[in-house]
Amino acid sequence: MTYTTQTQTRVQDAGESAGSEYLAFTLGREEYGIDILRVQEIRGYEPVTRIANAPDFIKGVVNLRGTIVPIVDMRIKFSLGTPTYDQFTVVIILNIGGRVYGMVVDSVSDVMTLKPEQIKPAPEIGTAFDTDYLIGLGTLGERMLILVDIDKLMSSDDMGLIEQMAA
Amino acid sequence: MTIDMSQFYQVFFDEAYELLAEKEKLLLALDVAAPDSEDLNAIFRAAHSIKGGAATFGFTDITEVTHMLESLLDRIRKGEMTLTTEHVDAFLTAKDVLTMLMEGHQHGSSVDQDAVGGVCQRLKALSDGQAAPAAAAPVAAAAPEAAAPAAADAEPVADADGNFHYRIELPVVPQKDVEALATELGLLGTISQETLADQRAVFTLVTSEGRDTIVAICSFVLDPDDLRITHAGGAASAAPAAAPVAGATPADPGYALFEQPGPETAIQPAAPAAAPVAEAAKPEPAAGEAKNWGRRATDKEGASAESSSIRVGIEKVDQLINLVGELVITQAMIEQRINALDPIVHERLLNSASQLARNTRDLQEAVMSIRMMPMDYVFSRFPRMVRDLAAKLGKKVEFVTRGAATELDKGLIERIVDPLTHLVRNSVDHGIEMPEKRRASGKNETGKLTLSAAHQGGNIVIEVHDDGGGLNREKILAKAKQQGIPVSDAMTDGDVWQLIFAPGFSTADVVTDVSGRGVGMDVVKRNITAMGGNVEIQSVPGSGTTIAISLPLTLAILDGMSVKVGDEVYILPLGYVIESLQPAAADVKEIAGQGKVVKVREEYLPLIPLYQIFAIEPRFDDPSQAIIVILESDGKKAALLVDSLVGQQQVVVKNLESNFRKVAGISGATILGDGGVSLILDVAALLRSSHQLNADTIYS
Repeated sequence: MTYTTQTQTRVQDAGESAGSEYLAFTLGREEYGIDILRVQEIRGYEPVTRIANAPDFIKGVVNLRGTIVPIVDMRIKFSLGTPTYDQFTVVIILNIGGRVYGMVVDSVSDVMTLKPEQIKPAPEIGTAFDTDYLIGLGTLGERMLILVDIDKLMSSDDMGLIEQMAA
Repeated sequence: MTIDMSQFYQVFFDEAYELLAEKEKLLLALDVAAPDSEDLNAIFRAAHSIKGGAATFGFTDITEVTHMLESLLDRIRKGEMTLTTEHVDAFLTAKDVLTMLMEGHQHGSSVDQDAVGGVCQRLKALSDGQAAPAAAAPVAAAAPEAAAPAAADAEPVADADGNFHYRIELPVVPQKDVEALATELGLLGTISQETLADQRAVFTLVTSEGRDTIVAICSFVLDPDDLRITHAGGAASAAPAAAPVAGATPADPGYALFEQPGPETAIQPAAPAAAPVAEAAKPEPAAGEAKNWGRRATDKEGASAESSSIRVGIEKVDQLINLVGELVITQAMIEQRINALDPIVHERLLNSASQLARNTRDLQEAVMSIRMMPMDYVFSRFPRMVRDLAAKLGKKVEFVTRGAATELDKGLIERIVDPLTHLVRNSVDHGIEMPEKRRASGKNETGKLTLSAAHQGGNIVIEVHDDGGGLNREKILAKAKQQGIPVSDAMTDGDVWQLIFAPGFSTADVVTDVSGRGVGMDVVKRNITAMGGNVEIQSVPGSGTTIAISLPLTLAILDGMSVKVGDEVYILPLGYVIESLQPAAADVKEIAGQGKVVKVREEYLPLIPLYQIFAIEPRFDDPSQAIIVILESDGKKAALLVDSLVGQQQVVVKNLESNFRKVAGISGATILGDGGVSLILDVAALLRSSHQLNADTIYS
């Protein structure tokens, strides 16, 4: 995991002038973007080991080269698209603060570079995500990306991936 | 460049603790009647190294004590004085005081000044009392405040300002080190530098500091053995006065001349010079009866091994182990893929793959062994304890260790110390009888306590054996009845012995300050169970007791039984499993609103249906068609209902919480041979709250 951190720092230095890079993925008909620096890798969907009594959207855990990683299906969590699992199902492996999660989405398209002026504040309504978890809307030509604050989302109570202090 | 000394404190403490432990070990192994000169030298060197370090960092109190220790030791190893048990006792006390002083410096814990003063006096008395040329040994070192003026008078080469002239010849070192040293030494006084023909640097230093200080500073950069320090003034001198390292007793001429290969000169090893002297003056048998209690009949294996080790953070090692673990899984995957290939067409690929398999396995073993430590780490602290305890109780105990080189995971080794201490203490206190009683029953007056460690399969077995009176079956049964524990006279010995692990159980007639309060055996058992091990007792009245602890080699590996419910496979830690069976339909009874119970061997056990707890679609929900596994934890038994048993295997325990959260009823996860994940059941929690466990409490 150390090498990821190093890469992150390097890219961050370079990215300050040129804007930030976002990985674009789709959920249903909406296109979302997350900070590329939080993405460790992109994989196909593998059978998971179910965790008893966990919410529906937590599919279970998989073995990622010796690490036990929980898999979250965003399509179920946000009721978008159809949760089918085949050879085209994509899992984005996120590394947030040293913790590794897998996130199932409909598809991954490309990586986009957005300058700060291309990012507009998110409107109060209109997406499946709570505005608290949004950075804003990124526009690049005809395309519009809903930029998700993935750090905040994955560590939120909603997801239940992290033991909360009070719990 | 200046050196911030505080960054070296930790290194000094680490080293000093190691040296003290080493010293204690040697002292205890020492044969008072005929001490081995090599051992005496080693003890001396340990004291000397601590003194040097302490002086560098300005811990004057430590320096004082070690200095007195050192001068006394020096006389003994030179044969000027005969070693007696009094000396050994004094040295051991001094060791305790030094440990206390170091803790004081390190953690700011309180220091018992009386004890420090006491031990100084004792060492001084010993040093004075038996000094051969008593008049010639005013022991300049005894009290530093007194020593300062005295030594100053006796200082022929000190110039008018009380300074000394040293000529320091360095070995060949990089130029930047030479510069750093010059700066650092320059802080002590006036320094000038020149270079010899063979590129070596020579400093001429005028300072009021002692030679030890110079050596200590230089030793950060180079090996003090390569250092040659001479007096530029030419004349002989004793160690300087200003440093608390007050130096030698004037009675010792070999000490006063730096040019001579005295014991302190690092120019050549002290051992060969001193050895013949000690040899020549073979000490007389100690005055009075040599106390032989607690003397350690140690197994010598690895005792004299040179410590050539490096310090590495444990997290680095763990990372290495994880990486190798990944490699092993990848290698297994390649092997699986390759097995599908035609062995004739792909012969060379297959050969390479099998070589990879071998190398991976070797690598894994080598890496796992980094975390392993010899049991000696634990065993070495017992001789002292047994010795002190035996002396206190007036018993005679010979302490023997076996298999101290047996290796165990570091994590486990640290956790085994307390339970083992308790068991050894118990054996000395309750196990071994008083000398009179032993004589009366025709046994050797000196009891024998054996501590042994050995590998047995995937486990390590540690045994504490005493040849004492053995456990008293009647007494234990009577006590158990008195405490309301259900017992019967027909119980097997094994079952009776297990009673002593019940909380609050003690059969000692008198509560001593050593043991007998009944706190302990239950804690011992609980600690060992928590480590995944178990405790067994064998006892024969009149001839002794053996307590055997069996532990897995490492915490990371667990003996598991895999069970299947529906399509899911779970791992049960084998330590909790008693048996598994298919109950008859008539043995399963329903209790209104309380769930089911099952009758096994005339006992009604609560039935825990795993499929219900984990909301799985089972193949069988009728217990008489499925399998029940009888589990026991903390004395509570229950029957777990599963579909079928899959097998028994060793699994590598992975933490679920590192990327996820705690899941009720699950203690961890493991990776199966096919790369899939299987969850390990938390049996203790399942049993504890079997009736409360439902979807609400597990995942809110």
